[in-house]
Amino acid sequence: MKSALSALGAGLVFGLGLGLSGMTQPAKVIGFLDVFGSWDPSLMFVMMGAILVHLGLTRWIRRRERPLLDTRFHLPTVTRIDTQLIAGSAVFGLGWGLGGFCPGPAIVTLGSGALSAFVFVGAMALGMVLQYVIRLPRESSSGAAERA
Amino acid sequence: MNLIESYGLSLLGGALIGLSASLVLLTHGRVAGISGLFGGLFLPGYDARDFRLWFIGGLVAAGLLLSVAYPTAFASAAPPSFVVIVAAGLLVGVGTRLGGGCTSGHGICGLCRFSARSLIATVTFMGTGMLTVFVVRHVLGGSP
Repeated sequence: MKSALSALGAGLVFGLGLGLSGMTQPAKVIGFLDVFGSWDPSLMFVMMGAILVHLGLTRWIRRRERPLLDTRFHLPTVTRIDTQLIAGSAVFGLGWGLGGFCPGPAIVTLGSGALSAFVFVGAMALGMVLQYVIRLPRESSSGAAERA
Repeated sequence: MNLIESYGLSLLGGALIGLSASLVLLTHGRVAGISGLFGGLFLPGYDARDFRLWFIGGLVAAGLLLSVAYPTAFASAAPPSFVVIVAAGLLVGVGTRLGGGCTSGHGICGLCRFSARSLIATVTFMGTGMLTVFVVRHVLGGSP
């Protein structure tokens, strides 16, 4: 119960932040990425605001032995920099620049009922499944690790 | 909306995102990376499905609330065409899983943990994102 409420609350705050920040407006996102044209720098402030708050709090939180509602921290342990990381990020950026949507804002936009968000999130889920299926035979052992 | 308001709202929105990511870390001990949280809902081998479901539910609820209280958030919701949206969605899905994260997991949480992986990922997706917009807008002359 506590766990569900805190997850719901965190999702709500995250979503409101995305909506207020301008990240749920694909045209604005594309304007931010258009550094060679009429560049709109405002979305730089989203990252600044998020990092300013999270950087300090992260250090403070990680001094704890464990989180409040779980027995341990589940933080990524992979440190390897490989072609997967770079190729994946490159492909993600291509899709982001094409549609102006990254995962969070697209999911928030579902709540507005916009058809484009449903199409995008459906295609994104399909892409995730495709990636999972295609790479499964090669490295089935490390497939499920949280890697961010 | 003038420039200062726009920058201020972006900063405030960003601060809320940072606050939420901190909440997730403090209560559940997890990274608030949306592509990972979302993918773990339906891909095999992930834990904490309840947590994921409630968090994603919160995101959608925020969208519902915003569409009533602050409709400007969705003022430009529609990218160019159906085909482009599908292609963009597929690329974002494949790319975030292959690269292990997106704007939130790498761009915010990862950078705050001083992860070299996340720094490289962030520079890469920002770079290809900018390149894509450059090609679409200024080489092909489209206006997405």
